[in-house]
Amino acid sequence: MTPDELIVLIGGILLIALVVWYFWLSGSEGTRIKSGAGGIQEALIKVKGGYSPNIVVVEAGKPVRLNFLREETAACSEQVVFPDFGKQATLTPHKTISVEFTPDSPGEYEFQCAMGMLRGKLIVE
Amino acid sequence: MAKDIVCGMEIDPLSPYKSTYREETFEFCSDGCKSKFDENPQKYVNGEPQKEATYQITAKGMEKIQLPIVDMNCASCAVTIEKEIRKLPGIQKAVVNGATEKAYVEFDRSETSVTQIIGAIKKSGYKAGYATLRLGIGGMHCNSCVSKIEGELNKTSGVLSASIDLGAEVALIKYLPSEVDMPAIRNIIERLGYRTYESSGSTALPENGEKTDNQETKSQTKENPVDENQLAHEQEYKSLMRKFVFSAVVAVPVLIFSYPGLLGIAEGSVLLQWIQISMGIVTLPVMFWAGSHFYTGAWAAFKNRSANMHTLITLGVTAAWLYSTVAVLFPQIFPTEDLADIFYDVAAVVITLVNLGMAMEIRAKGRSSEAIKKLMGLQAKTARVLRNGKEMDIPVEEVVLDDVIIVRPGEKIPVDGEIVEGSSAIDESMITGESIPVEKSKGDEVIGATINKTGSFKFRATKVGKDTALSQIVQMVEEAQSSKPPIQRIVDKVSEYFVPTVMIIAIASFVIWYLIGPAPVLIYALIVAVTVLVIACPCALGLATPISLMVGVGKGAENGILIRSGEALETAQKLDTIVLDKTGTITEGQPSLTDVITTDGFNDEELMAWSASVERASEHPLGEAIIKGAEDRGITLFDPKNFNAVPGHGVEADVDGRKILLGNIKMMLDNNIDAGRLQDESVTLADDGKTPMFVAVDGRAAGIVAVADTVKPDSKEAIAQLKKMGLEVVMITGDNKRTADAIARQVGVDRVMAEVLPEDKAMNVQKLQNEGKRVAMVGDGINDAPALAQADIGLAIGTGTDVAIEAADITLIKGSLKGVVLAIQLSKATMKNIKQNLFGAFAYNTAGIPVAAGILYPFFGILLSPLIAAAAMAFSSVTVVTNANRLRKFQPKFTTKS
Repeated sequence: MTPDELIVLIGGILLIALVVWYFWLSGSEGTRIKSGAGGIQEALIKVKGGYSPNIVVVEAGKPVRLNFLREETAACSEQVVFPDFGKQATLTPHKTISVEFTPDSPGEYEFQCAMGMLRGKLIVE
Repeated sequence: MAKDIVCGMEIDPLSPYKSTYREETFEFCSDGCKSKFDENPQKYVNGEPQKEATYQITAKGMEKIQLPIVDMNCASCAVTIEKEIRKLPGIQKAVVNGATEKAYVEFDRSETSVTQIIGAIKKSGYKAGYATLRLGIGGMHCNSCVSKIEGELNKTSGVLSASIDLGAEVALIKYLPSEVDMPAIRNIIERLGYRTYESSGSTALPENGEKTDNQETKSQTKENPVDENQLAHEQEYKSLMRKFVFSAVVAVPVLIFSYPGLLGIAEGSVLLQWIQISMGIVTLPVMFWAGSHFYTGAWAAFKNRSANMHTLITLGVTAAWLYSTVAVLFPQIFPTEDLADIFYDVAAVVITLVNLGMAMEIRAKGRSSEAIKKLMGLQAKTARVLRNGKEMDIPVEEVVLDDVIIVRPGEKIPVDGEIVEGSSAIDESMITGESIPVEKSKGDEVIGATINKTGSFKFRATKVGKDTALSQIVQMVEEAQSSKPPIQRIVDKVSEYFVPTVMIIAIASFVIWYLIGPAPVLIYALIVAVTVLVIACPCALGLATPISLMVGVGKGAENGILIRSGEALETAQKLDTIVLDKTGTITEGQPSLTDVITTDGFNDEELMAWSASVERASEHPLGEAIIKGAEDRGITLFDPKNFNAVPGHGVEADVDGRKILLGNIKMMLDNNIDAGRLQDESVTLADDGKTPMFVAVDGRAAGIVAVADTVKPDSKEAIAQLKKMGLEVVMITGDNKRTADAIARQVGVDRVMAEVLPEDKAMNVQKLQNEGKRVAMVGDGINDAPALAQADIGLAIGTGTDVAIEAADITLIKGSLKGVVLAIQLSKATMKNIKQNLFGAFAYNTAGIPVAAGILYPFFGILLSPLIAAAAMAFSSVTVVTNANRLRKFQPKFTTKS
């Protein structure tokens, strides 16, 4: 094996390891939003190639309002879907669109775009 | 002793809590009751709450305003709103009542304005309810006219703001509907010497978004959120097309010059080097302008530790461009000359094709969501209501419960309600899917958004706003479209790992080709890696299910079938058994007169006239059927005298000078009347599931009238079709076995569960499930709710305006059993479509990626060009959407032979 082949091989393996680590293992570092204790639990989520923050921590039994602000026109993120709550919203670009519901039981619920490419998580405690 | 008008408590006349309203003093038990009263005195004085905003000036020069708040869903929101309002200067008092959904504000107009208060409400996350009127104004010539009209309007109480666009000659007026109405506003403007005309109707609350007044005027026509999204689509489409055209213009010459040999340009010439340098330069704007969305999308996703289609395209294109640029600028660093190849064409062509593909996808998707757009567009804009004895046209949003609304022929019925006067034929096809107009008269339910065909009538609004059938339908359809059929869960798992996996495959292919591939290894390795990145299409995979679901559910709504979720859709196509409730599902649910049998000396008409006349005094439902039967045949009835009901036997009365007995055989025997051959007739009728009643006139048996719950006209055909589809059809009923069997014979049901108590229906469904069958239950949704919930699929049938039946997975708005057939066929068609899409997308990716990686090369010498890969990728998602759109042509199949 020539030196350049060795370099490509090792480089390739390292790159694959990097991909695996970055996308799967490192764990998402989405900002956690602990919503206010009283009344409605509210969070602003920006939508641009993903949801930021993509993890929202809320309390069970209290109404939640997630305000989505879509800062792009790419059709991918046009809809946000909460399959567990049967909620969806069409996100008009550059406008705040709210999704409201009350999660009753604790657990982790996903929200995502219509195609499931963008994902976020709602942790109900 | 005075009485607290709020809580009803008797109180000492010397109560310290007092309040004056309309020159009358009211006393209260506590401060709590007093403040409740102060918020809305009218509610307690008149016994009904004021439904809209009020506006008045107090003695202190403070202004009081009551603003309705939209979408307040928790009482605790009140605190948030109050706090925000109190932050404003000049606020004396701000109380928000969570129950009445109103803000009650006392403020000083010199310090703050209503608009500011509305702004504060908006800031706290809510919307103030006010109407927005768009009025065309003619005869304005200059800016001074504008300020004159604006000034005058702004002085008018009840007008919150008025702004005029001179260019468009349009005024945008926000007002409180309770204080001032459209005619009054028009009157003010006309008094100043200008003409007014309605400009695209008035749009009403809620107003949302943070826009300046100026923008608002311009975008007002697009206030409807649907339109706005459509506009965004249109913009996105145009932008993509612009980018496509630009990148195509660049890509074509770049592609041609990538084969200099064909143009007779010598390899290695100075000319070629310059051409290549310019190719590299012109490709840059293609990447960073026409392809900018790939870069921004990829970066945004990267920051979120996720990857998508944009990531793949970006990586492929960038790799191709960088390699080419190094090759052009520093050919000497490559060990051999043929390694210094260039791939600018790949960068330009990939972006061109993918842009085109995305643009086409947007177009196709627009068609997929047509059904729901059509539904939302059905809403009437205005209503002609009768208030204080006057007819007035108001925006449909201002219609309140119990308003009496007048509908003329050809007009759209604005909201749900009940006819109080008049009758007409109504076209309900847009809601129920039934194409034949329905005759309706006093007491009948009308559905908003349907069209009045022939007569005029008045109706009382029973459901407005979010509660109307149309709003519920739209909401249900949206919910269903957002739900996931179980099949999608697998897809979700795949798409989660898809893009990084493709990246890994690309890297691995690069390494393998570099290590064991043919020379020049670097070129092959690069081409293969780029091709893998470009051919992978996560979009096709992700779109496959949701897009078909959207079209399928929308198609259902068009035909009056509301499917609650994707799961219901998936289960509905796997059913084995259909349980049909008898009453109201297979049959009309109401008895009607079916047979009249007479003995010698009497005729049918006489018999019907007498028996119906006797029943006029009774209130028995069977009696009503006889009366209706007689009236339908145009028979004149008499007033019965000396009416007497004999429990368990029948009724008797004197009619037209004759003594009439109407009842069962016991009644005849008790009165010593010989029924003769009528007795055999009655047995035959009973065998057919009918209820026979003997009629005796002056002590002589005169005949039989029989009533029965009649079978709906198309039940038989629908049941035959269900059986043809391989389903076992079971009838369930509380009726006795004889009646049940008779009906079952008529409609062709083989298995009957008779004499089942209503509460045992669910248990019987479970019994069938225990036989290992997947069971659907069809019932009316109210009495059958437990059984509907127990079944794998519960179908509620014929629900009129009450479409959101909790227990039902599928709601059939129309009463016909054919809807059941249609629902199952539609589910099958939709699931088939989803599977086609998923199969296509999976097959495409699982075949395309290995081929792109060069798996065929060792055997057949086949290697995919990245250009072909780009074309394949661009059109794979368009194909998925186009396939889903085929569902729009879905037609129910009823084979004529039954």
